[in-house]
Amino acid sequence: MKKFSSLLHNLILTPSRNTKIKLLQDYFKTLDINRAYALAILSDQLSFQFIKASKLRELVYGQVDQHLFDYSYDYVGDLAETISLIWPTNKEGKSQNLSTLIENIKKIKKSEINTEFSKVLSELSNNERWTLIKICTGGLRIGVSERLVKTALADLYNKSVNEIEEIWHGLEFPYENLFQWLKNETSKPKIDFKKLFHPMMLANPIDEEKDFKRLDANEFQAEYKWDGIRVQLMVSSNSVSLYSRTGDNISSAFPEIIETTKGDAVIDGELLVGGNFKPSGFNDLQQRLNRKKASKDLQKKFPVFIRAYDILFYKGKDLRKLSLVERRKYLEKFQKENTTNQIDLSTIINFSTWEELTKYKNNFYDDLNEGVMIKLKNSEYLPGRKKGYWYKWKKNPKLVDAILMYAQRGHGKRSSYYSDFTFGVWKENELVPIGKAYSGYTDKELLVLDKFIRNNTTNKFGPVREVKKEIILEVAFDDVFPSTRHKSGVAMRFPRIHRIRWDKPINEVLSIKEFKKEFKID
Amino acid sequence: MDFINHQLFIKDINVHIDPILPKKTAIITHGHADHARFGHDHVIATRQTIDIMKIRYGDKCAKKFTPLRYGQKYSIKNYDFTLHPAGHILGSAQVLIEKNNHRLVITGDYKVGKDETCKNFKLVKCDTLITEATFGLPIFQHPDPKDEIQKLIRSIKINKNNCHIVGAYALGKAQRVMNLLRQQKYNETIYIHGSLEKLCQYYSKEKINIGKFEKVSSKDKSFYEGKIIIAPPSALKDRWSRRFPNPIICMASGWMTVKQRAKQQGIELPLVISDHSDWNELLDTIKKSKAKNILITHGQEDALVYYCKKQNLVSKPLSIQGRGDEEIE
Ligand SMILES: [Zn+2]
Repeated sequence: MKKFSSLLHNLILTPSRNTKIKLLQDYFKTLDINRAYALAILSDQLSFQFIKASKLRELVYGQVDQHLFDYSYDYVGDLAETISLIWPTNKEGKSQNLSTLIENIKKIKKSEINTEFSKVLSELSNNERWTLIKICTGGLRIGVSERLVKTALADLYNKSVNEIEEIWHGLEFPYENLFQWLKNETSKPKIDFKKLFHPMMLANPIDEEKDFKRLDANEFQAEYKWDGIRVQLMVSSNSVSLYSRTGDNISSAFPEIIETTKGDAVIDGELLVGGNFKPSGFNDLQQRLNRKKASKDLQKKFPVFIRAYDILFYKGKDLRKLSLVERRKYLEKFQKENTTNQIDLSTIINFSTWEELTKYKNNFYDDLNEGVMIKLKNSEYLPGRKKGYWYKWKKNPKLVDAILMYAQRGHGKRSSYYSDFTFGVWKENELVPIGKAYSGYTDKELLVLDKFIRNNTTNKFGPVREVKKEIILEVAFDDVFPSTRHKSGVAMRFPRIHRIRWDKPINEVLSIKEFKKEFKID
Repeated sequence: MDFINHQLFIKDINVHIDPILPKKTAIITHGHADHARFGHDHVIATRQTIDIMKIRYGDKCAKKFTPLRYGQKYSIKNYDFTLHPAGHILGSAQVLIEKNNHRLVITGDYKVGKDETCKNFKLVKCDTLITEATFGLPIFQHPDPKDEIQKLIRSIKINKNNCHIVGAYALGKAQRVMNLLRQQKYNETIYIHGSLEKLCQYYSKEKINIGKFEKVSSKDKSFYEGKIIIAPPSALKDRWSRRFPNPIICMASGWMTVKQRAKQQGIELPLVISDHSDWNELLDTIKKSKAKNILITHGQEDALVYYCKKQNLVSKPLSIQGRGDEEIE
């Protein structure tokens, strides 16, 4: 556990990708059961949500004064780190290795968590405690991607990352077949590809200034970027299954797709809500997401369909090495076999200059797409976010000026700055909050805002500071919907701070009525 | 307490303690820039604090200086002042003010732990205690500085082709890091940023063991491989640090307790070495001072105020102008 927790500690603090790889390689020089756990943890494959944040709080309140803990948590901004620092350490603690520790924790009965888990925490050093809490609450978020771990392993054992990538989703803890292959003791693990999720090909944001100068418009085609969720649909004669971008099986939530689709293929597409292939917006899709099952009623009210972008396999044939244009022919074949209400094709936009594409990016269907995807016509289907093949070009966001009302310290990386901002517009003579943003600003703007907040706090509610109503923020957002949960009656999608409007007096900010009118909300 | 206001100003006799703006009479606890400023008429402080002020701001940074030894009494009307070791940096002092049998202590910045670079903290019993609270949260429990300095020494041994740049405040922390390295038998020359030179020379002159040091110069890049360079934190992100071979950025500070904070500042090797008291030392000092009235300044006041109230002590925060909670030396 000492080794693994110091690995994580160093990974967090190292900015350099190369050093991270070096640290990982040092750690994975031996391949044993501890490394198997480590690999599962680093790649987020250990389904080990042993304890919830609320339970952890209950445990820590048993050890230290609740108010003192809350003050500390507000300061640190990270639950695992706060607990690891504040937890009283039993100095005679014994060090256990990672696998033994996790296996012992798995044996703890629910009824004994309070005493037994507390005992484990007391026996660890600060850093080990932090690691364990991160593991047990799921999600390390230490700035190390699964891809980086694979790269480190590949380089260390003279394999190619793509080879690891290809078999990855067919591997399982404790990775014996992987480890043996890496050590050249056996050949590459055999995986039944058709049954398995394939990592998706992702796009990089386009850099309007650089890329358009550099890239030849004739080598690319475009498609609309839809605001749904990216899915992979696997169809075979005896089963159909649907996976999310992260490889989670979400079949049971969308029975109409599972029941109606036929053939033998692996499809990449966007899951959208709407009848007759007319998407009705993310808000409606949300009614279907996060539900494990869908009643007939819900299916009728919020019908779903897949807008197909790409095809990876067709009738047992691996198409991933073919060009996008070639693959499209197979995709069209597949679609002809599935003339249901559940599958349609993403339209291809042809253009000869980048200027020509601009009008598609900004004007099409107004609210229902997010911009365009620009794809190299002869690109293979490559897992991950490879540079130079697929780009996304988001349309210009909506903008509104609003007044900064409240601020709170950010969490994680921004925990020492007031970086979460609540802003509002007028309702008669008062302000009503319309949203909350914690991104978009530059580092410089953050410093200015942080300083303003510290010097202009008028009221404190726990960690929240109310500030003098002086700063106008230009807020960019993707969309806005009516909402009954918010006092203002509106909810924004992905609001972020576009800039600070020093030039505008606060009485020129819109009223909530005007705001609703401008963005067409009843 | 009613004779001093929340700006640490005794109106009755027109005396300020650590004022931010130029004043008639200023008692200065120590030489850090958030306490010692330029332009007072009359400065009362330890000799070393006065020396440090002159090094930083020039000989004429005040019209008149009155050096006091620790424990030496200085009276203005019916107020008696004495300075007592604060253990924070060279020359640092707590101020004891006595009037009509009421004893008030202003700790200034202080630490209870051992430090070879200055006279160690002395507990002064009092009725009212004005304590700092830079690390006034229970998450701050400073480790043994020897273990922290060992981390640096180990890293130098492992990473022979890198140079280690240690961020440390120019006054106090830099010299303490050097002294700690010497205590751990690191005998190589330590390289310093130009802004540290005069203060390091002063520490040497005052017989503090910081060993051999040399100002960084435009030597060949490879010269600094395997070396330790000490620089003020502001220089770490500066172009200045790019001239060194594969630098590993370190920082010696109590703030380094929090990983996220180290990460934010781009610190690869955090060293938790503090010149301020940690949570337990703050509580201990409050308890042993026997003060019934506790005023809290500088930093994380809320938790400490809460704690004092729970102990049935009268307590409130003093927010002193010009001092944010995170720019403290
Ligand atoms: Zn200081």
